[in-house]
Amino acid sequence: MNEPPEIREQDERLAKECKKIVRDGPKLTGPRLEARLDRAWRRPPGIIGWLATVDHKEIGRRYIITALLFLAAGGFLALLMRLQLARPDSNLISPQRYNELFTMHGSTMMFLFAVPVMEGVAVFIIPLMLGTRSTAFPRLNAFSYFMYLFGGLMLWIAFVLNIGPDIGWFAYTPLSGPQFSPGKRADVWAQMITFTEVAALAAAVVLVCTILKTRAPGMTLARMPLFAWAMLVVAVMIIFSMPAVALCSGMLISDRLVGTNFYNAYEHGDALLWQHLFWFFGHPEVYIIFLPATGFVSVMVETFCRRPVFAYPVVVLALISTGILAFGLWVHHMFATGLPRVGYSFYTSASMTVAIPTGLQIFCWLATMWDGRPRFQVPMLYVVGFIVTFVIGGLTGVIIASVPLDLQLHDTYFIVAHFHYVLIGGAVFPLLGILTYWYPKITGRMMSETLGKIGFWMLFLGFQLAFFPMHFSGLLGMPRRVYTYPAGLGLELPNLLSSIGAFVVAAAVVIFVVNGIVSLYRGIPAPANPWGAASLEWATMSPPPAYNFAHIPVVESRTPLWDNVADLPVVTGLRVDEKETLLTTVVAAAPDVREPVPAASLWPFVTACAVGIFFVTSIFSPWAIVFGTIPSAIAAAAWFWPKELKRHPEPVIT
Amino acid sequence: MIARLRMAAAALLLSAGACSYQHYQSTFSDAAVEARQFNILFVIFLVVCAVMYALVITFLIAGIARRRRSQANVMEEGRHHESDPLMGTGLIGWGALVATGLVGLAIASFFTDRSMASAAARPKLLVTVTAKQWWWDVRYEAGDKSKTFHTANEIHLPVGVPAQIVLQSDDVIHSFWVPSLAGKQDLIPGRVNDISITPTRVGIYRGQCAEYCGAEHAKMALTVDVDSYGDFLNWWRHQLQSAPPPATPLATAGYNFVTSRNCSACHAIAGTPANGTVGPDLTHLASRRSIAAGAMPMSEGNLYGWVADPQSIKPGNHMPTIGMEPDQLHAVIAYLKTLK
Amino acid sequence: MIPAPRFTDSVADLPTHKFGPSSLTWWGILGFMIIEGTFFALAFAAYFFLMGHEQGWPPEGRQPPNLLWGTLFLIIMLLSEIPNSMIKKAAHERDVPAIRRLMPVIIGAGAVLLIIRGFEFNNLNCRWTDDAYSSIVWAILFLHTTHILTDWGDTIVLWALMMTDVGWEGRRLVDTDENCLYWRYVWLLWIPVYLLVYWVPRL
Ligand code: HEA
Ligand code: HEA
Ligand code: HEC
Ligand code: CUA
Ligand SMILES: [Cu+2]
Repeated sequence: MNEPPEIREQDERLAKECKKIVRDGPKLTGPRLEARLDRAWRRPPGIIGWLATVDHKEIGRRYIITALLFLAAGGFLALLMRLQLARPDSNLISPQRYNELFTMHGSTMMFLFAVPVMEGVAVFIIPLMLGTRSTAFPRLNAFSYFMYLFGGLMLWIAFVLNIGPDIGWFAYTPLSGPQFSPGKRADVWAQMITFTEVAALAAAVVLVCTILKTRAPGMTLARMPLFAWAMLVVAVMIIFSMPAVALCSGMLISDRLVGTNFYNAYEHGDALLWQHLFWFFGHPEVYIIFLPATGFVSVMVETFCRRPVFAYPVVVLALISTGILAFGLWVHHMFATGLPRVGYSFYTSASMTVAIPTGLQIFCWLATMWDGRPRFQVPMLYVVGFIVTFVIGGLTGVIIASVPLDLQLHDTYFIVAHFHYVLIGGAVFPLLGILTYWYPKITGRMMSETLGKIGFWMLFLGFQLAFFPMHFSGLLGMPRRVYTYPAGLGLELPNLLSSIGAFVVAAAVVIFVVNGIVSLYRGIPAPANPWGAASLEWATMSPPPAYNFAHIPVVESRTPLWDNVADLPVVTGLRVDEKETLLTTVVAAAPDVREPVPAASLWPFVTACAVGIFFVTSIFSPWAIVFGTIPSAIAAAAWFWPKELKRHPEPVIT
Repeated sequence: MIARLRMAAAALLLSAGACSYQHYQSTFSDAAVEARQFNILFVIFLVVCAVMYALVITFLIAGIARRRRSQANVMEEGRHHESDPLMGTGLIGWGALVATGLVGLAIASFFTDRSMASAAARPKLLVTVTAKQWWWDVRYEAGDKSKTFHTANEIHLPVGVPAQIVLQSDDVIHSFWVPSLAGKQDLIPGRVNDISITPTRVGIYRGQCAEYCGAEHAKMALTVDVDSYGDFLNWWRHQLQSAPPPATPLATAGYNFVTSRNCSACHAIAGTPANGTVGPDLTHLASRRSIAAGAMPMSEGNLYGWVADPQSIKPGNHMPTIGMEPDQLHAVIAYLKTLK
Repeated sequence: MIPAPRFTDSVADLPTHKFGPSSLTWWGILGFMIIEGTFFALAFAAYFFLMGHEQGWPPEGRQPPNLLWGTLFLIIMLLSEIPNSMIKKAAHERDVPAIRRLMPVIIGAGAVLLIIRGFEFNNLNCRWTDDAYSSIVWAILFLHTTHILTDWGDTIVLWALMMTDVGWEGRRLVDTDENCLYWRYVWLLWIPVYLLVYWVPRL
């Protein structure tokens, strides 16, 4: 070895000292251990601590609340649209404003609500489910949240300042290009994409590493909860798909700001290049929203049917194959662009094949209900609502996967009906169910069951009223994205019903929110495992302490809390004076490395601010690239620089 | 027949009110070979999907109903790692059923596509449509240059004759869609697409731009007149003629205004010096059914409204409001009315 | 109720650092490499998509980029793998002095590369505003430049850190190892970029 003797000596001395460090174990357990762990893991108090925290539970909670606020905001815009569309030839809202409304609604829902809320739930619950103390790279996690928040704020502030985008949520060129969208509206949209994609990519890397490396000892891949599988697939999908939207929106910005010609048909560019790149992202995106929801369903079905999900390997394979297939389907959003006719049958069959894994998953959940003894508490109601609703949306998906049918139905309200059935029925229903389910874990109190049931039924029925008639408006010839429609085409009734339904849906959402807020103060205090569930997040207090688990649990089966009712095996020997957690091997989850966990730090926030300022100013001047990158680079370097440059027996670094 | 089946299904599902009107912009009306093929295929899909949905719901209800039985494979009874052997077989059977269903649907889709392609193979009539924000320029072409003419926002097709419509765009992406006749096809700058229509029933059908194209995407409609062959020929011959010279003094004043002021920078009127291409060709304006891509029905009053203040009728459209004295306006309208 | 703990093995003797896939950051870096790789792959796809519509490539009237500077860049990139491998080996052997000595070589190579990159832009024979071909070529080269630039910045920060006492810590050696891995990735990616920018237009 090439190290000088004095260094070796020093190291050996440090290692000896290190042996004397206090660790958890039979001698140090219970309240004494908890007090010490709390000291090591608690974040600094005050506003600084709030900005500096790297606790995945706090970040996850913020993610969820922020995303729900965006849901309310996006939903509010939907109500305005429905008001306008309630009557034919209505003049409530000007065309320009209406175009902003659906753009903001779609972009908010897809980029600022649906994807982030799934990430937020995962960031909160995954480490608990896996039996560990922190996510991987907790500072990156914090950074991700701030990027997301700033991106969302920028979009909405621009909207309020009347420079909100008006180009639709997929911003087709050349309409979004320099020639047809002068002003800053399209730039705001494209830069919002940049923010959210940085946030989503960071969160994806965090989740992949967390799921692969920090599982409790013994939690082999084959014992991992299905939600963790779903998030693993989703995070990998984000990694492969987000670069596409980053690339195409980057090219759009450069067409707009520095005069490149990527999409300019008159300078050898091509408008369809945008569509290919966007949908290469956009199609996986919808499964990025849907697969976490299937994970939620698996979780709830398991707990409320009192048995593990039927055919676990089939469900896992279904998740993986959906993830892979999703990358081959993007052209089904482009059937009407005049693709070569010889390919039609291929595109059709490719799009339809995703129905197989989804169909199998549906079967597995139903078989679990058949085998078990379902209890109909609120989360389970959402599961049933999900199945009844989502399958309709899935089947209309199969209908529009057929090229000859899609050529009629494309860009009509039939499509609007399809995607709200799968987005709301397939993702929002399970989301509201799982929020009810994990609410006690997040807050320490139960949500009201009565309000929950009222809310569910209103949502379910209101939803059908709002969106079922849209199939008919579509078939009756109503294109989407129209601010009004003429009387006499038969569109009056379906639109009126949709509008009424939308308000019922909104009322149901309000009830859910009220329930959430009231239960925070009035709810019944929750025990550690109120639903009698099987997975590890229920093996600790509700809400969990900053360090999650006093001892890292050991997993011996797929349903640890059902199979170890009396006591739970744990490993010992982690430091209690500093934040430390355990890394295990990727497949077998054998203990591998003790991993120091970074302390709270303001740098992720500062970096996010620097990068945010850079992104926003770059809309106004290309020089931002020069003066924006330097502060960002400095902040990032400071982030990675250790706090003290002294050698440390077991260094804590980021 | 098929359409009626679907109508019946529709009426069952939704209250009948929505459907009791004249289907002039609806996939239900079945007025061309292409639309009919869509309808047949749609019914096939609907049936298969309904069956699958029924199976799912039956299984769901059965599962729920079963929960009151005495024994179950649940945690409380320590049997949560077991499952009903029936389910294993069921899973395989279901997988096979889904796969078969999908293969069937894919094949049906394939054959529909085939027959559409062969119907499109031998067009007898060529019409070029160029989409602009937010109206349609229509060009009927013939080998002989003098037999070529422009119109706007209105297409006439002879019944029973396979027509090919060539689709282009001058600005952003639009989509050509006449639901009663056929599916849609995008008009993309820098590319040329086409769509085939073989109308089977005389009538008037409304179409609408189906790809979001900016502020007035909602008011970018067009009408397709499917005429008997004789009617079509009459229309076609008429369109080939230039605009008649103005006959009354008022119309002459209007003519002078239109040809000497900004109108002619944007509009063309055959047989006059007006030859702009920014806006629709006005040669036979008064014979059309609507004004400004379906924004209003054609009538003298509406024409007044449009020319006096196009921006309040179709906010954001590319025709500016042109300040005119009332007598100028009267004159212009008087002239436009002669453009039959 | 929280189930009572049943104590099993102790993990006290596990190390706090390991090289390769045992390291958490290794996975993180892999993640970012895949992200960047996808980025490039899609940019290549866009390049070929645009090329597919054209009769001639580059479009008529344009010269393909001059070979000299790009090739020089390639040579230096490939040569930089020699000190890079030496650093990687030194990290595994805990040879901190060697790391301290060799890292400036890589940093110097990075600086030279960035200067050459300037000449490359000048020898593309087009400006990004000319047409879509020029835009995509500039974009790909620009992407690769940011790629080099970030890793170069990273390396400088790491070198500064290695010069301190902290350099002796095991986890810093893992960082060094992973930084070398990343540098390898940077030059590996350059090969297809080089072929695309300089040779595809000559086909
Ligand atoms: C959660 C989101 C989500 C999900 C899960 C899906 C799922 C599917 N989607 Fe959807 N889709 C969207 C969100 C989603 N979609 C959005 C947002 C758009 C519009 C974007 C825009 O334009 O703004 C869209 C648009 C869209 C289009 C383009 C339409 C157009 O613009 O013209 C198509 C076309 O093929 C399509 C198909 C499908 C298919 C085949 C599935 C399949 O995965 C469905 C599979 C599920 C089932 C089929 C049900 C269960 C299975 C069975 C019960 C088995 C039995 C079935 C049979 C044998 C038929 N979707
Ligand atoms: C997950 C995604 C998601 C969700 C949840 C929704 C929810 C809703 N959507 Fe949306 N929708 C999209 C995704 C989504 N949508 C997308 C991607 C598009 C395409 C956009 C485009 O074309 O570019 C679209 C387009 C779209 C259209 C077509 C517009 C057009 O083409 O012209 C319509 C029309 O009716 C519509 C309606 C609704 C309604 C009524 C709801 C309702 O469910 C909303 C319910 C209401 C609320 C959730 C708000 C309740 C709360 C409050 C009122 C405030 C209270 C707040 C507190 C106290 C905190 N949506
Ligand atoms: C700057 C260009 C411009 C000028 C000047 C202009 N128009 Fe127009 N005009 C248009 C455009 C563009 C449309 C199509 C608007 C639409 O449907 O979105 C149009 C539509 C019309 C229509 C309806 C055509 C149809 O097919 O339905 C009439 C009539 C008309 N213009 C008359 C006039 C008259 C009369 C004048 C002069 C007083 C005039 N225009 C001046 C651009 C112009
Ligand atoms: Cu043209 Cu929409
Ligand atoms: Cu899709």
